[in-house]
Amino acid sequence: MNNGNIFLDLLVRFAPEGTPSWLLDLSAAGVGVGILVAMVSVIAMFCVWMERKVAGHIQCRYGPMYVGGWHGWAQSIADGVKLLLKEDMIPIGADRPLFVLAPALVLGSIFAALAALPLAPGVFFADIDLGLFFILAMSSMTTIGVVMAGWASASKWTVYGAMREAAQVVAYEIPLGISLMVPLIVAGTFNLNEASALQSGWYGMHWYIFQNPFVLPAFALFFISALAETKRAPFDLPEAESELVAGFMTEYSGIRWSFFFMEEYAAMFLMSVVAAVFFLGGFESPFTSLARDVFGEQHFLASLTAGLVLLVKAFGGIFLMMWLRWTLPRVRIDQVMTMGYKYLTPLALLCVLGASIFEALWLGVA
Amino acid sequence: MLDVKTQDLEVNMGPQHPATHGVMRVLVRTDGELVTGAQPHLGYLHRAAEKIGENVEWLQYLPYTDRYDYLAAMNNNLGYSLAVEALMDIEIPRRAQMIRVICAELNRIASHLVAYGTYGLDIGAFTPFLYAFREREWILMLFEKICGARLTYSYIRIGGVFNDAPPGWLDEIGHFCDVFEDKWREYVDLLMMNKIFVERTAKVGVISKEMALDFGLTGPMLRGSGVDFDLRRDCPYMIYDEIWQAGAYEIPVGTGEQGVLGDSWDRFYVRVQEMLESLKIVRWCLANIEEGPTIGELPKTLKVPAGEAYVGIENPRGELGHYVVSDGGKVAVRCRVRGPSFVNLAVLEDLLPNTLLADTVAIIGSTDIVVGETDR
Repeated sequence: MNNGNIFLDLLVRFAPEGTPSWLLDLSAAGVGVGILVAMVSVIAMFCVWMERKVAGHIQCRYGPMYVGGWHGWAQSIADGVKLLLKEDMIPIGADRPLFVLAPALVLGSIFAALAALPLAPGVFFADIDLGLFFILAMSSMTTIGVVMAGWASASKWTVYGAMREAAQVVAYEIPLGISLMVPLIVAGTFNLNEASALQSGWYGMHWYIFQNPFVLPAFALFFISALAETKRAPFDLPEAESELVAGFMTEYSGIRWSFFFMEEYAAMFLMSVVAAVFFLGGFESPFTSLARDVFGEQHFLASLTAGLVLLVKAFGGIFLMMWLRWTLPRVRIDQVMTMGYKYLTPLALLCVLGASIFEALWLGVA
Repeated sequence: MLDVKTQDLEVNMGPQHPATHGVMRVLVRTDGELVTGAQPHLGYLHRAAEKIGENVEWLQYLPYTDRYDYLAAMNNNLGYSLAVEALMDIEIPRRAQMIRVICAELNRIASHLVAYGTYGLDIGAFTPFLYAFREREWILMLFEKICGARLTYSYIRIGGVFNDAPPGWLDEIGHFCDVFEDKWREYVDLLMMNKIFVERTAKVGVISKEMALDFGLTGPMLRGSGVDFDLRRDCPYMIYDEIWQAGAYEIPVGTGEQGVLGDSWDRFYVRVQEMLESLKIVRWCLANIEEGPTIGELPKTLKVPAGEAYVGIENPRGELGHYVVSDGGKVAVRCRVRGPSFVNLAVLEDLLPNTLLADTVAIIGSTDIVVGETDR
């Protein structure tokens, strides 16, 4: 029995006879959302701590060292508590409903996008056939929240930030989508689980970047676009603290501000997982292959290994983003636009063309 | 037809803004991201230093000089001391002159390190800032050893320096020089030659030679535009002439290597190169320093003979001039300061229009102003 949701499966198995199905669905959804929110919060908090440690070590210092004892592991928790206890401030001139809604929309849409991520082969919150579509659509929603926040704050700096975000995301959504087309041509599916499973050959090294010579350049294009999409340096223009104070979130404080902060890290995680699944083999690696051979295909430990492999790949991507942030200066808005429209988009289209021709001629898929 | 009335957006950059390097306010008029006009507003940090100079005794004014360009307090001390000494008939011991030069040049390095780091921040690179502060911290520690203060030294004083260097201090300076030379290469690789950094600063905020001379710019701002003028060589004071004759240092001048002559990158380049030249001067002094007294003969109550004197010295930011007038008493009649930041700032109004908002930040950063000095 597989309803496409592990919680629903479990509930159906244990629920007493005659329980109405809508109740089962609702409880499964509630449990799923709870676990998802908790998981994403933990990942985001871990990323914040990791960012501070990475930044510290790049800059010849340690980063947090005291809270919690070992290398300041509890620093993010302490900061979270502090942010929760802060006064909830809304500027007088602000558009109150929009101002309150914006961080919720930003965080909500990124949570929704994360629901489509697979945790391990066959383990997922939502098994969506158009999974990638759903993820891209949902992560684009955050832009609306950011523009909303910028406009509602009634400050000139936030409006600049919002306008930059809008311009930047429009420019980079295109190469982001097109560069993802390239592995999709190879994979032939939007479903993240299936896309990952298709890379299991060659002892777990049959990754899309090795299957087709045009996937590797597409990966580079995707990564650059993803940096711009998640507002990470060198494309952090919407925040640009030396120019726009704090960009769209200048007027936010306390827990509302932390929503934007968490969204940034959740989005980084999201983009890294998408990159891992569609370019870097997803769950597949020699370790996954070995675990399957040793424990058997359906064994719990094989799934765990697969999940860990994906997590390691995702955090590899996140580390790369952090590394870039603490090394590179920020580009200017016209340079961002030039790069997006004049270089990334045509190159991504070229990659799609090349990958299609390669698939059709060399592999005879036409 | 839509009847939409549009107007430029006026926005206050500052007085509390990360890019204005202190409490300066730039009223920026923008059309979207394009800046159509800019007007710097000053005076938020005005402390009436010049008026104080007319009311306190000669030696008492020295701590006030620390506080105008607080990143280069040694140079400020030196400028004021030289101006007062010009009125007096006093011989400055050679060892004192050497220590003065060492301190002034180390302070120049420290000041340029801040300029380097904060310019990185303006462009959006965080890490170079901490690298620069790592070495600056070392210099501050060395200053702390010689005078007990990290920022407001009041160490170079009328007649010489406050006290002799503690034992081993000069050797530590030598060690610093060796290490710094390696670190300096890191700065060049990490920021100055970074592709994005060059793209952001080259051809941005171009000051032509004529414009630089018209505005009376001095220091790296002037040399960045290709004018080879440095007070240490062209209007020598203390032993700088001797050091120049010995061929110990050169004057770096902007070349327009990455873009146009006189752009923001050139000014930055001049500052980065100057750190190395200052290091050479320090090395020369270390090689030639001798034992001896560190302060000249001063009367118990300092009375300066009547007269007037103007001495300009090469501060990290340009010509710091002190014009002092004495009537023979214990207190100055007039104590006028020509701050390089204040004069260099005037060029902003001409540079900022028709640039992008991000360029505004890059240009303000490239002028490397210290607001404590523009306002005094």
